Amino acid sequence: MSGQRASTSVAISLNGERRTVAPGTTVADLVPSTWRRGVAVARNGEVVTRGEWSSTAVEPDDKLEIVRPIQGG
Amino acid sequence: MSGSEVQDTWRVGSRELRSRVILGSARYPSTQVMLDSLEAAGAQLVTMAIRRADPRATGGENLYELLTDRGYQVLPNTAGCFTARDAVLTAELAREALGTSLLKLEVIADEETLLPDPVETLTAAAELVQRGFDVLPYINDDPVLAQKLEDVGCVGVMPLAAPIGSGLGIRNPHNFELIVSRASVPVIVDAGLGTASDVALAFELGCDAVLLNTAVAQARDPVRMARAVGHAAIGGREAMLAGRMPKRFYAEPSSPAEGLIGAGNAAWP
Repeated sequence: MSGQRASTSVAISLNGERRTVAPGTTVADLVPSTWRRGVAVARNGEVVTRGEWSSTAVEPDDKLEIVRPIQGG
Repeated sequence: MSGSEVQDTWRVGSRELRSRVILGSARYPSTQVMLDSLEAAGAQLVTMAIRRADPRATGGENLYELLTDRGYQVLPNTAGCFTARDAVLTAELAREALGTSLLKLEVIADEETLLPDPVETLTAAAELVQRGFDVLPYINDDPVLAQKLEDVGCVGVMPLAAPIGSGLGIRNPHNFELIVSRASVPVIVDAGLGTASDVALAFELGCDAVLLNTAVAQARDPVRMARAVGHAAIGGREAMLAGRMPKRFYAEPSSPAEGLIGAGNAAWP
């Protein structure tokens, strides 16, 4: 982000909705800690594995998807 | 199951399954009715969809945990996807979320018919096989496409009996016979089954398993229908293994033709 001042917030898309988060926010910060099993995250069309959540900081304009299994046929 | 027979298991991907009835987890009157239905049908494998989850909406029951805690295996689907690209990402998310490579690949063409898109399905299947998935594609009852999907490495095929949720039963039994006669992977009848006789027919035609959702969930008594479906699966499968008699145009007496009495030509009465 050369040429820009350090931003105080990062604008991202989370499940299709615009959200602003603090700089340095990681994927792990976005997933409720109570969701222990059956949750997955994609960032810009690629899966972020659970092991990578805490080391993956979100960046401006990231498109994040957080999904869980629900009833289906 | 009758006590005398050997275990009639089947294999899909790396899994060996005892139950030939797969049930969906949607549209039941309540979660408890769903759980009771799964038990009544003797299901082992249960389908679930993958959807966006709102991180702010915490709490509430977690169906996935409920099912896995009870020993059910979850079969994720890619329902709602219209393109191979969306289906592949959904599949990757499903594998990450559920820790399973087994996948019901569903790429539909339009909202009205919910019919599978054969071109996108084949494209997605080939890609997912390359990525190490055990792919079960939901397809039309098309013997040619079934063969092509097997050729790209799918571990089974899931031809539809009729459109999803229609309950119309197997519309083209001959296509299923063709698919079964050529396939060397399991054939699972998916979508459109309406009642127990549809299930029995599926197995009599040689199919390996069935997947039902609405037929059970929307029956007046889902648990009872689930039990009926379980019985029908066993009945149809046993009938297929027994080998049915040939069909004849005219009657053939069951009782012997010999030893008939003769009343002669005496006047009657």
